Amino acid sequence: MPKVLMKGNEAIAEAAIRAGCLNYFAYPITPQSEVAEYLCWRMPEVNGVFLQGESEVAVAYMIFGAAGAGVRVFTTSSSPGISLMSEGISYLCGAELPAVFVNIMRGGPGLGGILPSQADYLQATKGIGHGDCRLLVMAPASVQEAAEMVMQAFPLAEKYRNPVMILGDGLIGQMMEPVEFPDHLRSEPSNKDSWASNGMDHRKSKTRNLVRSLYLNATLLNDHNMDLRAKYERMKAEEVRYEDYNTDGDYQALIVSYGTMSRVCKTAVNTLKEQGIEVGLIRPQTLFPFPEAAIRQAARKESCRAVLSVEMSMGQMVEDVERSVRGARPVQWYGKCGGEVPTPEEIIEVVTATLASDDSRR
Amino acid sequence: MAKTFQRPQALFDQPTHYCPGCTHGVIHRLVAETIDELGIRGRTVGIAPVGCAVLAYNYIDCDFQEAAHGRAPAMATGIKRVRPDLMVFTYQGDGDLASIGMGEIIHAANRGEKFTTIFVNNAIYGMTGGQMAPTTMPNQRSSTSPFGRKTEEVGMPIRVAELLSALVTPAYITRQTVIRPKYIQKAKKAILKAFTYQMEKRCFSLVEVVSTCPTNWGMTPPEAIQWTEDVMLPYYPLGDVKTPDAEPKEMPCKAK
Repeated sequence: MPKVLMKGNEAIAEAAIRAGCLNYFAYPITPQSEVAEYLCWRMPEVNGVFLQGESEVAVAYMIFGAAGAGVRVFTTSSSPGISLMSEGISYLCGAELPAVFVNIMRGGPGLGGILPSQADYLQATKGIGHGDCRLLVMAPASVQEAAEMVMQAFPLAEKYRNPVMILGDGLIGQMMEPVEFPDHLRSEPSNKDSWASNGMDHRKSKTRNLVRSLYLNATLLNDHNMDLRAKYERMKAEEVRYEDYNTDGDYQALIVSYGTMSRVCKTAVNTLKEQGIEVGLIRPQTLFPFPEAAIRQAARKESCRAVLSVEMSMGQMVEDVERSVRGARPVQWYGKCGGEVPTPEEIIEVVTATLASDDSRR
Repeated sequence: MAKTFQRPQALFDQPTHYCPGCTHGVIHRLVAETIDELGIRGRTVGIAPVGCAVLAYNYIDCDFQEAAHGRAPAMATGIKRVRPDLMVFTYQGDGDLASIGMGEIIHAANRGEKFTTIFVNNAIYGMTGGQMAPTTMPNQRSSTSPFGRKTEEVGMPIRVAELLSALVTPAYITRQTVIRPKYIQKAKKAILKAFTYQMEKRCFSLVEVVSTCPTNWGMTPPEAIQWTEDVMLPYYPLGDVKTPDAEPKEMPCKAK
């Protein structure tokens, strides 16, 4: 298929269909409403299901019901809406159901604003709902990558029987870029006979399936949580993804940044290179699992004097960066969160100032 | 001599965890009989609520999903939309449906979702220990209204069947009870009718069942039955509140 120019939100919508997901439930919220506006006519074209729910709370359970019935299903929302869905996401984790949630982040807290942000990092990566639940979180940095990640998210959700979140900032949803879609996947969860409640006539065993998260017995609940933990550990071992940029040679500083913010950082890295200052960049593509080992190794490079976490939040990912670096180098944060995206000039200034400071000279 | 009365195939043979005098057991049986009579056990998905009846799947033998408090109608919507061939019912109490889940039930009913809701109204929260519900009767004592429900503070009990019947979308909405044998046969017919409307893809259907909770009411089972008859039934009158046939064919207004 040739490249087409598409808005991020529309590319996400089309990518889901190409991934064989023909079921979509959602509630309108800026800056992601284009997904619903696209799918409300596109889903009927492919005999799919489109339904606008009465609230994000209800939508999360429409997703639960559909996922529990063994079909590919997804929704999209933005920060305040994701807060409302977080209850349902915990139930999905508890019942081990696969589904895809897209969060096109806007600034908060509260109503905040409608401009781009990365302020839901901790919410997305540290459990999101109540109980010991985790999401596999993927962070695209372009419209093309957003489309590809949506297509990868469904098989991953089914592999782990766990919700997967695509965490994009408002710019990913709103900007237009050329995008090329991979081939259709067109499939349903292949393992669903063992867990989906879709009528026992439909499976060979003719025995019933219960989709549940209630374990009143303490030992059984602990066993269940140990099983979930093992699954999250397996994600850490098998699903870490990141991109490194300008890390081959010697660099004086290392930037960790994701999503739209990482593109601005790349520009800063290029400009600094022209000025004779080498800076490496690691861009996590999965935020959970986090590329801890890669960041630790990159930070420990002899020439590297400081690590900088650049994010459109008030210092969230920096906690994971510090955890990864484990004190081997000083870690700093730089960011803004109100809708303004930090410019390359600002980042250059911060890098220069960091390298000049006593702390990083040591 | 032929057997004329036996356990439905859709009902497990196992001891009950419900309290003496509780009506859940009778209602479970009526649902199981209905599933048997329609021959739909292999394509039925039940939604168990939060509350005493979360363990409904320990009694009724079909696929089940377990809901968060109040969210069963949203889950049933999700299942029915992606698999319209399945038969789906939610089984919900009054705290679940009339309090925390009021938004979900109203919108599901208004969209005309083709599933069936069994709404068990015993005027109190059961599993959490007898707290006041939106359906608790005026002056009725509960663990969070120890001096009786004060209507000037929390309003009158909500009549769910009448409230949902105010929606213009066609639906089958009825109120029944199972506290005496004479009511049980009518309740059974209503549940069968509700499932049949679903099977025919006609409309949303809801059967409210006025029920007892002797444990949390602080009564013996016979006292609870008498109290239901004397106090609840005058306020929650029995019978069909809305049928799909009664709806006007012409829409009152349409955008151009």
